[in-house]
Amino acid sequence: MINLFEVVETNEMIAKENLDVRTITLGISLLDCIDSDLDKLNDKIYHKIYEAAKDLVVTGEKISRDFGIPIVNKRISVTPIALIGGAACKTVEDFASIAKTLDKVAHEVGVNFIGGYSALVSKGMTPADELLIRSIPLALSSTERVCSSVNLGSTKTGINMDAVKLMGEIIKETAEYTKEADSLGCAKLVVFCNAPDDNPFMAGAFHGVTEADKIINVGVSGPGVVKTAISKVRGENFEVLCETIKKTAFKVTRVGQLVAQEASRRLGVPFGIVDLSLAPTPAVGDSVADILCEIGLEYAGAPGTTAALALLNDQVKKGGVMASSYVGGLSGAFIPVSEDQGMINAVEAGALTLEKLEAMTCVCSVGLDMIAIPGDTKATTISGIIADEMAIGMVNQKTTAVRIIPVVGKGVGETVEFGGLLGYAPIMPVNQFSCDAFVNRGGRIPAPIHSFKN
Amino acid sequence: MKKTIITVVGKDTVGIIAKVCTYLAESTINIEDISQTIVQGYFNMMMIVDTNKSEKHFGQISEELQALGEEIGVVIKCQKEEIFDKMHRI
Repeated sequence: MINLFEVVETNEMIAKENLDVRTITLGISLLDCIDSDLDKLNDKIYHKIYEAAKDLVVTGEKISRDFGIPIVNKRISVTPIALIGGAACKTVEDFASIAKTLDKVAHEVGVNFIGGYSALVSKGMTPADELLIRSIPLALSSTERVCSSVNLGSTKTGINMDAVKLMGEIIKETAEYTKEADSLGCAKLVVFCNAPDDNPFMAGAFHGVTEADKIINVGVSGPGVVKTAISKVRGENFEVLCETIKKTAFKVTRVGQLVAQEASRRLGVPFGIVDLSLAPTPAVGDSVADILCEIGLEYAGAPGTTAALALLNDQVKKGGVMASSYVGGLSGAFIPVSEDQGMINAVEAGALTLEKLEAMTCVCSVGLDMIAIPGDTKATTISGIIADEMAIGMVNQKTTAVRIIPVVGKGVGETVEFGGLLGYAPIMPVNQFSCDAFVNRGGRIPAPIHSFKN
Repeated sequence: MKKTIITVVGKDTVGIIAKVCTYLAESTINIEDISQTIVQGYFNMMMIVDTNKSEKHFGQISEELQALGEEIGVVIKCQKEEIFDKMHRI
C-alpha cells in the first residue's frame, strides 16, 4: 500500500521541483493523403489531422487532472512534408500552402506546435526535397505553429554537404524573413544527423515513414527533480551520485510511461515510445545546467563539464530504460541555451562558449540548441558549424542537431527575447575565421568505416 | 477498481479532518485508510478512498475538494492511485 512519505515525495516533485510531462505528441502518417492536385492534398491533410487530433488536447487535460501531473504541451508530428507534397508542389508557394494548412489545423485542434515540415536528405535531395527546403523561410514566416526539420546526414550514409551548404543559406534567409520578431523563425527550424523517427520534442518532431498510421509518443522532463535529489548527496562519491540520479530518472520516466499508456488507451491510438530526455525550461529550478553545478561545477562550461554531462546522461538512460519497455526519440539530457536559466547564466559569466557546447554535444542528446549568434554571421560559417555537429553525430552513431539563430540586427553582448518556453538568450560570439572553401566544395562526406557492419 | 488518493497539506487548524470527512460521507465516498502527521506546524494528511459508489464523477469530486480546501485554508489534491504506484513500485 502506498504510504504518506511516498505520496508527499511525488507531490513535492510536482509542486516544488517542476516535475511535468513535457509533451504528448500524436504522430500522424499523411502518406494516404498524397495527391497530385494541391487543393485536394491540402484538404485531405486538414481532415486527416483534424479527425485524428480533435480530442488530443481535451484528453491530455483530463489525464493531467486525474493524476495531478501537469502535461505542458500537446503536439502533433506528421510525415515529412517533402514526401507528401512532392507530387503536387511545383513552387515554394505550393509547399508553403501546406504549411498554412498545418498551421490552420493546429489552431483548430488547439496544439501549440505541429512538426514535420521536413525533408530527409542525408544522402541526396530529390527536386521535392530541395523545393521544400527552399520554401522553409516563407513557410515559417507565414505560419505560427509549424516546426521544420531537415536530416542532413547519418552514420550509414555520411553527410550531404550540398544540403549542409544550402541549410546555412536557408537559416540566414529564415532569420531575415522573421527579423521583426528577433529572427524567431530559426527557433522553429532544426537540422539533424541521425534524426529519430519517433521524436516527440519540437522543433525536430516528425512522424517517420517506418511508423504506424498513428502513434502516441511522450516526452518527460525533470531537471529540477534530479537536482533536488542529488543536492541531498552533496560530497558523496560518484557511486552514490550515479545511484541517486538513476533512481530519480526511473521515477520520472514511470510518470511518462503512465501518461503515455493512458493517452494511448483513451485516444485509441497505439503507444510508441517514452522519450526520457531531461528537458529544461527557462523557469528557475528547471535547469540541466543547475544539475551540472550541483554535481560540483561553478558554472556549466567549467573544466569537468563534459565528464559531468556524460555521467548525467548515462545515468538518466540507465534509470529510464528500466521504467519503460519502449524508450526512444532523443532520450538524453538537452542543453539548449535560451531555454535553460543556468546555461544563460553560464554564458553571461563567460564560462560557456560555442566550442565547449560543441564538446558537450558529444556526450549528450541533441546538440547545439537554441543558440543566438550575431546576425551578420556568414551562411558558410553556419554551414561549417552544422558540418562539425553532423560529423560528431555521424562518427559517434548518435543523433546530433543544430538549432541556431542568427539574430538580424544584433551582435555580441546583446540579448534576444523569444518568450514562453523558448526563453531568452545572450548573443554568443562565433569563430571569425573562414571555412568558405571547405563548404563550397560540394558533394558528400562518405559514411565512416564503422558503418560497414554487414 | 483503482483507488483515489486525497492529500491535504496546510497550516494546522481545528476541524480539517472533520470537514473533509463530512464532504466524503455526503458524497458516498468510502475512506479505506488515513495517515496523518504534523511537521513544523504543517498538517499533512493522506487518505486512500474508494469513489465507486459515489454518483459524482472524478472531475467534480476533485473540483469540490479543491474548493473546500480553499475554504479551510489548506491545499487538497485528488489523484488516481496509479501515479504513486507506478513511481514507487517496480
